[in-house]
Amino acid sequence: MNSILGANSVRFIVLLLVQVIICSHINFLGYINPYIYIIFIFLFPIREDRLILLITSFLLGMLVDVFLDSGGVHAAASVFLAYARPVFLKTSFGMLYEHQSIKFSNTELGSLITYITLGTLTHHLILFSLEVFNISSTLLILKKTLFSSIFTIILCILIIILFSRNKK
Amino acid sequence: MQQIFNFVIRNKTFLLFLFLFSIGLALTIQSHSYHRSKFINSANALSGGVYGTVNSIDKYFDLEKENEILAEENKRLKEQLFNSVNSENNAVIDTTISRENYRITTADVYKNSYSSTNNFITINKGKNDSVKQDFGVVTSKGIIGIIDNTSKNYATVLSILSKKSRINAKLKNSNHIGSLTWNGKTPEFVQLIDVSKFAPVKVGDTIVTGGQSSIFPQGINIGKIESFETDISGDTYTIQVKLFNDMTNIGTIYILENRDRNEILKLQNTSNE
Repeated sequence: MNSILGANSVRFIVLLLVQVIICSHINFLGYINPYIYIIFIFLFPIREDRLILLITSFLLGMLVDVFLDSGGVHAAASVFLAYARPVFLKTSFGMLYEHQSIKFSNTELGSLITYITLGTLTHHLILFSLEVFNISSTLLILKKTLFSSIFTIILCILIIILFSRNKK
Repeated sequence: MQQIFNFVIRNKTFLLFLFLFSIGLALTIQSHSYHRSKFINSANALSGGVYGTVNSIDKYFDLEKENEILAEENKRLKEQLFNSVNSENNAVIDTTISRENYRITTADVYKNSYSSTNNFITINKGKNDSVKQDFGVVTSKGIIGIIDNTSKNYATVLSILSKKSRINAKLKNSNHIGSLTWNGKTPEFVQLIDVSKFAPVKVGDTIVTGGQSSIFPQGINIGKIESFETDISGDTYTIQVKLFNDMTNIGTIYILENRDRNEILKLQNTSNE
């Protein structure tokens, strides 16, 4: 229990700092930034209470908002992702999720990619819809969502694989 | 009563989600609809401290470029000074120097953003340095924005790269005024709207701040006219302005306080009544 708490707290702080210091200032091609802090929500232990996940996700999003002066867009998007997580888990891992026996470090790469992709697309769509907040700029929202998602998905998968514990 | 409790307990995840999501949504709407982002901003000890640590390392990489900018500005000021000594009756053109009622503070940029639709800059001066809301922010090349929120040691600046920003500006060679806005597309260009169709607009002309705002002194550089077109109604011009400042790379800035601002505002209020 303590090791789970410790690992997640460290992950929370490290991801937050990496996000606000490095990742939000990449501005690839002018506007494309990865939002890697959502790895925290992806990797949050499944057996833990969902209420804790919701609250910590909200806190994480809110802190990112504080650093980036973005109102409440990251908080709203993170909470939505945290709430919708079981749906993505079920579609990508199927039976494994039903038995509550997923270990992110040794799942199949295919399922992991599906899971991350679904989650990232949802999170980014809400994020940019709220940030632009203008129905007439739908094209801009979709463009930002698509390019940032690609960037985020690649980085997330690389980070998860690199830092997974089971090194064979 | 029992049933209500049961309902709450059964749907506690959904209710908590709804509650937190609506807080996020409310903050978002609040930040879009009002000029000020009241609750959530990076002018606080936590984010200021973190950005400060990063900046103290980061700024060594820009020292050479900062030096060049300073030398360039020095050269310009020296030119002005020596030319004015030769003919003492000539007033110095730059109003920030000749008029005593502007107080200038320098500050370092801790965080700059330009990829969002409303961009904010965090700087390392705040209430302790008498920096308050609605002070103007400029660099040696042109304007940056207006102070939005302040804490003890930090402040956020509403950048001109923001859909909420509207700054009074005019053509340098005539007195036709317009409002400076941003369409959210590229950080190189801003738009000057509502310029009268009688104005002599030419590509390459300079745009400067107008005297109507009580925030900026008149005649601070903004940018060059890149292209222009008439409005749908045909009465006004919409001008694409290429900024002199590279908004993606700002190191040190100047904060301008207009000491007469309160007096001007009071006067305007009494005449409006």
